[in-house]
Amino acid sequence: MKLVFERSKAGRGMDLFPACDVPAYDLPENLKRVVAPRLPEISEIDLGRHYTELAKQTHGVNDGFYPLGSCTMKYNPRINEEMCALPGFTKVHPLQSEASVQGSIKVLAKAEQILTEITGMDRMTFQPAAGAHGEYTGLLLIRAYHLANGNTERTKIIVPDSAHGTNPASAIMAGFKVVNIPSAPDGCVDIDALRKAVGPDTAGLMLTNPNTVGLFDRNIGEITKIVHEAGGLCYYDGANLNAVMGMARPGDMGFDCVHINLHKTFSTPHGGGGPGSGPVGCKEFLAKFLPGEMPEENNGTLTMGVPSESFGRVRTFNGNFLVVVRALTYVLSMGKEGIPEASQNAVLNANYLMNKLKGAYDMAFDRICMHEFVMTLDKLHHDKGVSALDVAKRLLDFGIHPPTMYFPLIVHEALMVEPTETESKETLDEAAEIFLKIMDEANNAPDEVLSSPHGTPISRPDEVRAARTPVLKYNFEA
Amino acid sequence: MSYIPNTLEERQEMLESMGLKSMDELFVDIPASMRAKELNIEAAKSEIEVRRIVEGLASENKIYKSCFRGAGSYDHYIPAIVKTVTSKEEFVTAYTPYQAEISQGVLQNIFEYQTMMCELTGMDVSNASVYDGAVACAEAVFMCQERKRATAIISGTVNPQVQEVVKTYCASRNVPVIVVPAKDGLTDLEGIKANLTKETACVIMQQPNFFGNLEDADSFCAAVHEVGAKAIMSVNPISLGAIKTPGECGADIAVAEGQPLGMPMAWGGPYLGIMTATSAMMRKLPGRIVGETVDHDGRRAFVLTLQAREQHIRREKASSNICSNEALCAMTAAVYLAAVGPEGLKNCANQCMAKAHYAASELCKINGISMAYDTPFFHEFVTKTDASEKIIKALDTQNILGGLPIEGGILWCVTEKQSKQDIDEMVAIVKEVCA
Repeated sequence: MKLVFERSKAGRGMDLFPACDVPAYDLPENLKRVVAPRLPEISEIDLGRHYTELAKQTHGVNDGFYPLGSCTMKYNPRINEEMCALPGFTKVHPLQSEASVQGSIKVLAKAEQILTEITGMDRMTFQPAAGAHGEYTGLLLIRAYHLANGNTERTKIIVPDSAHGTNPASAIMAGFKVVNIPSAPDGCVDIDALRKAVGPDTAGLMLTNPNTVGLFDRNIGEITKIVHEAGGLCYYDGANLNAVMGMARPGDMGFDCVHINLHKTFSTPHGGGGPGSGPVGCKEFLAKFLPGEMPEENNGTLTMGVPSESFGRVRTFNGNFLVVVRALTYVLSMGKEGIPEASQNAVLNANYLMNKLKGAYDMAFDRICMHEFVMTLDKLHHDKGVSALDVAKRLLDFGIHPPTMYFPLIVHEALMVEPTETESKETLDEAAEIFLKIMDEANNAPDEVLSSPHGTPISRPDEVRAARTPVLKYNFEA
Repeated sequence: MSYIPNTLEERQEMLESMGLKSMDELFVDIPASMRAKELNIEAAKSEIEVRRIVEGLASENKIYKSCFRGAGSYDHYIPAIVKTVTSKEEFVTAYTPYQAEISQGVLQNIFEYQTMMCELTGMDVSNASVYDGAVACAEAVFMCQERKRATAIISGTVNPQVQEVVKTYCASRNVPVIVVPAKDGLTDLEGIKANLTKETACVIMQQPNFFGNLEDADSFCAAVHEVGAKAIMSVNPISLGAIKTPGECGADIAVAEGQPLGMPMAWGGPYLGIMTATSAMMRKLPGRIVGETVDHDGRRAFVLTLQAREQHIRREKASSNICSNEALCAMTAAVYLAAVGPEGLKNCANQCMAKAHYAASELCKINGISMAYDTPFFHEFVTKTDASEKIIKALDTQNILGGLPIEGGILWCVTEKQSKQDIDEMVAIVKEVCA
């Protein structure tokens, strides 16, 4: 496939700007750009075709089943896209007067009201632009709280070894030290290990519940109690909220702050890796530390005010606002019935698919799962030399986006499957048949799997070469 | 609307296939004491009802006929093809291209974006984007941290919100920050020099700066390098159609708010954090990076690369926690730049400058209004006036968004989108107020 630069021809282009109707300005020579940028010169039709070709080599949720564990690749309703494209939202400057943006402030206030109800929190900021950004923001809340109480010695964040890599990375960015604790054999928090880890230096615990192996931690009440009794706070990573919306609330589990991923749980599109939105909710006692400006009501009009002890700002303006418009549209559509119904069906779909696969594939934990389940291909790898990666690559030949591979780290040869509630029974039945067929091939004709994929635009890329001799931009001279 | 395809009968059938009777049995692990009560939110709504509500909210915002406000968000023309391309469902509904074989479209686009960002800024390497220009600036400070060099110096002419984000990020990691106040609307280079030491990690400047003024970036970079610190330049991507690039000025890292490249102002987001650097700093860049390689059959292919820097591999030793970035916004910027091309970008930058200078000279013909600084500027400028509030109010009633009131005057912005007629109309209203 040609690069856009390889389609470029000098002199081509589009007619976008009118002739300048005011006198030209003569920029001083020493401020002028010296070398012109080699941007493409291309006609509109060729540009359109270029991206259409790129689109054909891209698999999205609208192209087929996308059970990428931990990412909640659910359907992105079309109405959301229309609503966020309304000129009343897009053509508004972020520094307009509050009186002229009552609609936008209401979007934040309404989204906050609904999402804090779902999470059991009191306030929520929409500044964070992604999940990891939300983690960072939540940890800064915890930091601000301890500092305000004069507890400078609370410098450690406890993270289970099953956590997403962003958790320890965020903790370091927020200035904490990380204490990793091993998981119990059932994949949940090892209560004894947690008891040993907490102390006067504990700032808090970061936990995903249901956890990354797809199980709801039955001891959650005790876990948050242990951390609180040690003087720490509990942070809820909302990556897996899609399992428990309307069924259980982080606030009721004892968590003090949460981040949620609007691009996972609340149906906003993933965009090939963003823009997302990772709002952070917290209990009232943390609200005064929130970053940026928060909606406030004053005699019927809404204003944006800085919380009294705000720790600062993690992004300019009001976060990824149009993503919030989409999420609000979604929760308004779903309502109090639809929200728990989504979670129930997410869990139902996961269990249904797991049940169909469990004779052929080894489950890391053979019990009722939540919205996702983890398979281990350790035995297959050992016996037949077929790895989780190989099975994933073979799935590509059947138009299925593979599950998340090699995560969580505590499961060997892991494939983490999250079907989501928006997939039909037929899709799950067909996927199950394909998974079973691949297992059959792995056992009886492993070469078919090992040499896969066969029908994709490219075969397996040489990743080692990419990392050893990095080519990170087009070579115009070649 | 719940977007669940399976009927109630099918759901029951699925439960029974597993030997279960009800949904409740799937949630046995949640302790009874923690089961949520019915949510205290409104009932589900049809698409028509939702549309009515959300359109109602949108209509409560005021859309101005013309916009003379910038200060970090800019009203540029967005070519029609930008929205068409970036609305393609494949791009919209895909995620991070973990599986290269079915993601060449997204990967190639990021590779093209990285190339364009290098061309635009005159730097060697680019990442696939971060959240916004301010976070890019904060992440750039972290890239410059060395064992004995921690302090970050910020010129007081950097956008105040960007300063705030950098300070927030630095506070949590105990990175000392020194802000050197502006002098006559420009970076106080002598003031910065006085603060440069062997412990200085980096110095941040903005070009054009918050007041729209054009800085002497060459001298800035040279002074910073004198003590072995890194020079970070925060730039406006449209201005690079005309103005000397960070690469040409000698910067180590260039960051930018990418919103002017095809993204609507949208009350602040989604926006795009652009980050490029010298090749020496390649492995310190945060976030996703796409590289070229070959597939098993020798064909050109693109993959996520240099992942040894990232959180999913390095966990607490990662250079940054970033995972999702602003991929679709990066694509927006790439389509925008391909649509305008090198001549279009230059034309756009030149028209911004010409129109801003025309507006400035017309405004300054009015009694009581004068330029706050006597410096070359790009498409923003500050006028002194003691009637800011009255001026902005009068423009507002005529459906024009005036400049941003700041201490001692108004910070105006004029882009290629405003015609001479728009400018004349705005000036006439200001004149009436000041008469």
